[in-house]
Amino acid sequence: MKLIVAIIKPYKSDDVREAVSELGVSGMTLTEVKGFGRQKGHTELYRGAEYVIDFLPKVKLEIAVEDGLADQVVEAICKAAATGKIGDGKIFVSDLEQTIRIRTGETGNEAL
Amino acid sequence: MKSNRILATSLLAPALLLFPGLALGQDGLNGANTSWILTSTALVLFMTLPGLSLFYAGLVRTKNVLSVLMQCFSIAVVISIVWLLVGYSIAFGPSESAWWGGLGKAFFSGVDAGAMSGDIPETVFAAFQMTFAIITPALIVGAFVERIKFSSMLAFTVLWALLVYFPVANWVWGGGWLGQMGLIDFAGGTVVHLTAGVAALVLALELGRRDGFLTSSVVPHNLTMSFTGAAMLWVGWFGFNAGSALAADNAAGMALYVTHTSAAAGALTWMVLDWFKFGKASGLGAITGMVAGLATITPAAGSVGPMGGLLLGLIGGVICYFVTIYMKQRLKIDDSLDVFPVHGIGGLTGTLLAAVLVSGGLGVFSGTGMPDGMTVGSQFMVQLIGVVAIGFYTGVLTWVIVKIVSMVMGLRVSAEEEQIGLDITEHDEKGYSM
Repeated sequence: MKLIVAIIKPYKSDDVREAVSELGVSGMTLTEVKGFGRQKGHTELYRGAEYVIDFLPKVKLEIAVEDGLADQVVEAICKAAATGKIGDGKIFVSDLEQTIRIRTGETGNEAL
Repeated sequence: MKSNRILATSLLAPALLLFPGLALGQDGLNGANTSWILTSTALVLFMTLPGLSLFYAGLVRTKNVLSVLMQCFSIAVVISIVWLLVGYSIAFGPSESAWWGGLGKAFFSGVDAGAMSGDIPETVFAAFQMTFAIITPALIVGAFVERIKFSSMLAFTVLWALLVYFPVANWVWGGGWLGQMGLIDFAGGTVVHLTAGVAALVLALELGRRDGFLTSSVVPHNLTMSFTGAAMLWVGWFGFNAGSALAADNAAGMALYVTHTSAAAGALTWMVLDWFKFGKASGLGAITGMVAGLATITPAAGSVGPMGGLLLGLIGGVICYFVTIYMKQRLKIDDSLDVFPVHGIGGLTGTLLAAVLVSGGLGVFSGTGMPDGMTVGSQFMVQLIGVVAIGFYTGVLTWVIVKIVSMVMGLRVSAEEEQIGLDITEHDEKGYSM
């Protein structure tokens, strides 16, 4: 199993959800996060006081999938979340050791 | 005004025959004036609770929102008590002195249900003036948010009202020396806005900057809240300025109109200046410009005409705008919510310009006409003396009070407490639990 963590632009989260749902992904976790990468921050101005806001709002999606699906899901996220402009985000993929569905006790791919 | 009164009396006469109780014991009471000042009293209290409180609370960070609401609220609470005990007497008492009203009306001595102030009940006059005594120290809150100890803030507020606000109110409105000189300050350009502004500057310098000021993200947490409060201030200001006519008359009508015009002109000025200077019309800029326009028209609201009001809003807006930016970007003074550049400079500007715009010879910009025996030059000198005397007195006394409070109980919370936020450290509560 793979754990796919995608940091994307907040307004792209619905597009991404739809795209990966079509591939048969049945669940994900969304967190509102802040961070920065190459995009850096932006400036805000309050009555002449200028502040550089380093941390920009992003959305973090966590999606656990079976091994065979991982590449397709990554591709779908890339396509759905891309605007071509700086700040589109990143995807991290890692091996996932175990998954357990709490209600039934199922494990592994069964629990996804 | 007189003919209105006669008309009103003749219309009232049949009603009084039916309800003789209406006229009981209130010889010379004018019902229209009384009801307008009752209304204005509510409007001006509404400016502090909740107008100014929300305006200010939105401009701080989430961890301090409750502390700001509590500062404004508790100022209203303690000043109301001090006003009853001695404040009203110091400001409007019967003393012959030109410096204070004495203690003849301490504890509201003699202010019973039948007491009159002009043609309105004295209780109504005293309550109306009380709301000014409340909002003035509440304005100063903007200078010390996010870092002052609550206990010290209360002590400062009481001492400041006793030693600065009440006496200055007497000098200008209570029969004191500046009123006798003929200082034009209709609704508090000097008494309210200049004193609050100067005190704010002194406090900001004595307290020092907030941690992170101009370096990390010390930004307003809820401008929606600030807009709500600002809108209440605009409406409440009708009571502040038009109520200061102390009558429901022509002067009140004109004061309301020029006040409204100046607020709009101030807001427009800031929007345009922000647009040109920084590329966008800022929302915070618009409401700040509105306050600047209102502070500027305040001393002159009884003297200028509508076009004069427009001019005051524009001029006050421009001056306050550049002073605000200069204080932040060049002087780097953390008068956190810009009390001095908006209220102090606005009140000062309006007070000085009143000497010119009161003139009846300015064509479309004419005011109500020069007071008897005054020229623009002589009136300007009186205005200048008023501004300098009140500014200087307020600055010195505020500094002394701050030093005393600082020595006795300390002024500022610790760096760690500032980091945690005053909601928790000063009140053991949070404004937001989400």
